[in-house]
Amino acid sequence: MSEKKTRVLIAKPDLDGHDRGAKVVALALRDAGMEVIYSGLHQSIDQILNTAMQESVDVVGLSIMTGGHLPICRRLFKRMQAMDMEDVHVVVGGVIPKQDIPALKELGVEAVFPGGTPFDEIAETIKSMERIDD
Amino acid sequence: MGVARYLKNEKGGIDDVIYQSGIHVKPNYTPQDLDEVGFDYQADLGDPGEFPFTRSLHPQGYRSRAWTTRQYTGFGTPEETNQRFRYMISHGQTGLNVAFDLPTQMGLDSDDPKAEGEVGRVGMAVDSLRDFEIAFAGIPFDKIGSGLTINANASVMLAMYQAVAEKFGFPRDKISATPQNDILKEMIGRGAWIFPVEPAVRLVGDTIEYAMKELPRCNPVSVCGYHIRESGATPVQEIACAFEIARAYIDNVVARGIKAADFVGHLTFNFNVYGNMWEQIAKFRAARKIWAKMLRADYGVTEKKKLFLRGLFGGGGSGLTKDQPENNIIRGAYYALAASLGGAQTTALCSFDEAYTIPTPRAALLSLRTLEILMDEVGLRDTVDPLAGSYFIETLTKQMEDKIRAEMARIQEMGGMTTAVANGSIQREVARQAYEFEKSIQNGEAIKVGVNKYTEGEQPEVELHGYNEAWAEKQIDNLKKLRNERDNQLVMKCLKKLTQAAENGYNVMPELVDCCRAYATVGEMTGVFREVFGEWQEPRLF
Repeated sequence: MSEKKTRVLIAKPDLDGHDRGAKVVALALRDAGMEVIYSGLHQSIDQILNTAMQESVDVVGLSIMTGGHLPICRRLFKRMQAMDMEDVHVVVGGVIPKQDIPALKELGVEAVFPGGTPFDEIAETIKSMERIDD
Repeated sequence: MGVARYLKNEKGGIDDVIYQSGIHVKPNYTPQDLDEVGFDYQADLGDPGEFPFTRSLHPQGYRSRAWTTRQYTGFGTPEETNQRFRYMISHGQTGLNVAFDLPTQMGLDSDDPKAEGEVGRVGMAVDSLRDFEIAFAGIPFDKIGSGLTINANASVMLAMYQAVAEKFGFPRDKISATPQNDILKEMIGRGAWIFPVEPAVRLVGDTIEYAMKELPRCNPVSVCGYHIRESGATPVQEIACAFEIARAYIDNVVARGIKAADFVGHLTFNFNVYGNMWEQIAKFRAARKIWAKMLRADYGVTEKKKLFLRGLFGGGGSGLTKDQPENNIIRGAYYALAASLGGAQTTALCSFDEAYTIPTPRAALLSLRTLEILMDEVGLRDTVDPLAGSYFIETLTKQMEDKIRAEMARIQEMGGMTTAVANGSIQREVARQAYEFEKSIQNGEAIKVGVNKYTEGEQPEVELHGYNEAWAEKQIDNLKKLRNERDNQLVMKCLKKLTQAAENGYNVMPELVDCCRAYATVGEMTGVFREVFGEWQEPRLF
């Protein structure tokens, strides 16, 4: 079990195209020894969850820069419930004001990484999450 | 400005300074350095206003005309945007720079399910000409020029701008619009693309050709090195990519049998001021020279004014920090100083709260005041190109020129910009550089005040620009009303003609103007192109 690498999907939901942060974190997680899949831009929640399922990832990391993180996460968790995917961990990064973090956590987001969070911290937090058994 | 690398010795002195473009800076420059780089006043600088325009486009620089200030503005409904436009103009802003929300940029109507949560969020929501009629009410189209920050469907917005101006009684030869319209950069950074590379470039070509014939005061493209730099490119790559992108658009139009000289004078640029100050100043000076020489050598353009590198040097969003946000006010002032010493013709600044959100009115006004203080208070209008002749600046300008040229040659070897973008190789390089840069901040090799040096622990929250869910509802109500009130048969007829033009390779612009006049929606017009051209499948490399 300990040999298995954590699998992470870095995803860009909806219309926003600012992908610098997403790609940078993808590279950092890969360097930290994880298997990283990048969704590409303009992904619907369903597309993201389908990719997460097909790739059997342990963690989905959403990169959100528009301020739409709360409605996006609301939709995400609703669909995850419907698709019976609640065992997948969800983390969020991007432009996230501090005051919104409790609301995101309440929805089910396990960790929030505002822009500038050290790579080590992101990698360690994700590695500490329980992997999903196949 | 914290983006060069400083290697220190045991005593804490600086042993080496390495700019992002890879240039090592010496502790001292003398006339010998100018000799070593082969500096020649006539060939490398020329007098201000003379080829190759390294010093300035105009003989007297800012004496004859201060820069145009064009803060990025637009949010919520067209009514809100109109109020903000009037606010900025009443405070001395001399041009508009219109922000559109993401659904508009992606060619979706406000009631499209994919638009949910984004209507009016990062810019103004536009569904039809009716929204433009509200947003631009009372704007003197013959005096105020407008930048339209939209790319994939910029053709639609340019057509709509013409339609609204004509509706308000301004003839089309009097209006001045600059749609951003740079789709290749959008595929490298920023990401608001829709169609595959080839038809996307063709649409840019259509707008250039149409503007040349019908909209003589419009600048149909603003090639944006800016966003490529924001995505992680070095200053050298920023300029090299922008010029190779411009080459791709020029070649598309020239292939239609049109002479480059007939339209290149209306291509403009958008460059970034964020970074080490000297490197940026040298970058702008080198860029003016390379562009003029490229047009003359590669396209046979000779008329002086058509060789001008015109555009907006400004912004610098990625230089701003969330930590100690008030520091961004100071950073903005230095960025603006670099822009003016680099001879910016038009400028704008990212506002200090922009690392969090779109700017509050107070922050946007502070940016404008920063620019005004430079021009009116501290002496930037006194004399043209005040750094000319500096051993350091002239050596650096030559070095930047060489590096930019080498990078342009490398892109051409990759098959040119359209190929390099289509296969994702440029995007991958830029992402890797962004990663390396971020690592250098995290390990302290590059310094960012308030982030990795002089930190203060917990940060106070700044006042944020709010998002009002009611805007979306109102926008959608108005859209539904519009669909009932307009002549739907006429709309269908216009959209059909647009489809035929798109399919048969005719210039789509005349049909788009007709569609706009008939109140076809942005979603309908862009939908025609989606049908005919398909959508781009992005290489998911990183």
